[in-house]
Amino acid sequence: MSLLERETSGVVMTPDNIRTRKLPVAIDLGIAVVALVLAAAIVLGAGIGNWVLVIVVGAILYLVGLYFAAGRVEGKRAAKNKIARAMIYSACILAVLPLASVVWTLVSKGAARLDGDFFGSSMNNIGARDANGGAYHAIIGTLEQVGIATLMAVPLGVLGAIYLVEYGRGRFALTVRFFVDVMTGIPSIVAGLFVLAFWVLIVSPWFNNGTPRFSGFAASLALTVLMLPTIVRSTEEMLRLVPGPLREGAYALGVPQWKTILRVVLPTALPGIVTGVMLAVARAAGETAPVLLVAGGAAAINMDPFSGNQSSLSLFVYQQASDASKFAPDRAWTAALTLVALVLILTIAAKLLARRNRLS
Amino acid sequence: MGDFPSRSASTNAGGPGVTARHIRSAGNGVSPIPPDDRPPLGGGSALPRKSRFSLETGFKGLSTAAGAMVLVIIVAIAIFLISKAVPALNANDESFLTAKEWFPNETPPHFGIAALAFGTLLTSVIALLVAVPIALGIALFLSHYAPKRLATPLGFVIDLLAAVPSVVFGLWGRDVFSQPVQHFSEWLNKYFSWIPLFGGDGPFGRSILLGSLVLAIMVLPIVTSLSREVFQQTPGMNEDAALALGATKWEMIRTAVLPYGKPGVIAAVMLGLGRALGETIALALTLGTTFVISFNLIQSGGNSIAANIANTFGEANATGRGALIASGLVLFAITLVVNMAARAIIYRRREFRDSAA
Repeated sequence: MSLLERETSGVVMTPDNIRTRKLPVAIDLGIAVVALVLAAAIVLGAGIGNWVLVIVVGAILYLVGLYFAAGRVEGKRAAKNKIARAMIYSACILAVLPLASVVWTLVSKGAARLDGDFFGSSMNNIGARDANGGAYHAIIGTLEQVGIATLMAVPLGVLGAIYLVEYGRGRFALTVRFFVDVMTGIPSIVAGLFVLAFWVLIVSPWFNNGTPRFSGFAASLALTVLMLPTIVRSTEEMLRLVPGPLREGAYALGVPQWKTILRVVLPTALPGIVTGVMLAVARAAGETAPVLLVAGGAAAINMDPFSGNQSSLSLFVYQQASDASKFAPDRAWTAALTLVALVLILTIAAKLLARRNRLS
Repeated sequence: MGDFPSRSASTNAGGPGVTARHIRSAGNGVSPIPPDDRPPLGGGSALPRKSRFSLETGFKGLSTAAGAMVLVIIVAIAIFLISKAVPALNANDESFLTAKEWFPNETPPHFGIAALAFGTLLTSVIALLVAVPIALGIALFLSHYAPKRLATPLGFVIDLLAAVPSVVFGLWGRDVFSQPVQHFSEWLNKYFSWIPLFGGDGPFGRSILLGSLVLAIMVLPIVTSLSREVFQQTPGMNEDAALALGATKWEMIRTAVLPYGKPGVIAAVMLGLGRALGETIALALTLGTTFVISFNLIQSGGNSIAANIANTFGEANATGRGALIASGLVLFAITLVVNMAARAIIYRRREFRDSAA
């Protein structure tokens, strides 16, 4: 528009005037300052809120002002473009704030009990007035439960993925694939209730003179249900990336299909499979609800996952959070920090391993 | 838009849904030919005879059984939950679907899921209303606005946040976030109490608002990372065409990126909904545990199916456990429907199959 006018008026075309006009940055900043001052005057003057409201009102005023200023200088469409960008940037800032707060609280509050006592003792005989006590039993529980769950879920998941990629044909394979995806969305509490109904209430009385019994193994079963679909999916993706000619080369040499899978396909896809397993383990380690329902939680150290109540780190956090003792929040936050560190180390290691993977 | 290489040039041409061809293609689209399916190559007796029971059939059977295990587990979940829920439902003195209170441990037991189901849906819907616009904003920022040097680590951080256990968010919501939310609730109540949502006269601590906001923060990474993948797959040619026609960046996003990503975004939102519906510990720590149906967001109260299970499981007797299992069955049914719908949408556009983990 302005470009055409200028052309007809016979001005010499320079790089400066053949570009469309832009709102100067100074004016942009000026609008921001004016908006903030105006917002402060309105909000604090009328006494209807504090600095948070000032920022919110200021942001709205800034967007309105920017829209009109940019609309005058650059045109309506460009103004909309600017507003959209401002809103997308503010969405990012808005999301970063709570997440930064979570991280900051974890580190600052979690450091309070980060001592040897915390990692070396249990909550046995710790009363409401005792400041010490630790999560040793919970760490043991987490490691045992997640370890057993991994031992059960990995063979099952990898074999299931082999079926989907190498053998599965037709409607049945499609159904299995679909329900693997659906199963990733099953709430952890439902998996816990399932193991409660199936293992704790129906099967465990057979071994225990007719009375139901909580155990760490039951928690492992629930975690297996949660890990299985994740492992199947990630392994399946990796197996699909193995080049077909590798398989055909093996077949051409007369190797049977099962041996091809075990000796050629799986080793090629191994780093990717390990990555998927580690992500699943990280997810399982953070689950609270199933452990609460079927392992019961305990204050003392229980090394035997097959009998008696057991705790886990996440359950420890939950129970300490609900505890009335004034020392409980410190323990809860330190356990939360330990848990997050464990999960993040696993996740980051998995992602780094994935980066070194040559297949993807 | 050359910075955003598009993968979809090849995937775009595929047919709808997961076809038999799709399942078959293993590794770069070259299908392995199972040696057993080939016709004998003449001179039959020269080839070794196929044995009936070999390691091959054994291995195949084993892997098929592992695949079928998934179906077995889903069916078993339904069967065992129903078998434990029915006795409690028979003992129930009131209608399970319409009653609001939850006293399964008394004699006679009377309990109903109406208030719990309402609380579950209300918190999830509010959480999504808050989280989805922000998540889409971040997804667009990562896929189209941020320089690549910033987008990669930021995307990595978002993926890490999806792995943070829910109990940590619950603890943070109860110990830290409840303070600002309480101030905000009091402010809302002071100036907007004429809206029923913000009415009441306190206390305003552990409310539906707090629970929903914590849920929103938890759903954010999931919706963000799925939508980002979808936005990144927009064909570069569509984007370039829009820009070449003179569209501004926002117009390009509105006309090329958003329509292309719509099914994927819907699926991402539904997966987020599935996660929000089933979230247990974060809500158990932040909601106020009441059994009423009320749209008041800021007064202490609120409950959800999953949070109720975690909160009352400790003191439940046999009937109480059965009642909790019955409520879990309802939750299972709701999440199953939501997840199946989401997956069906994803399967209809197979470009997204890789991103849907």
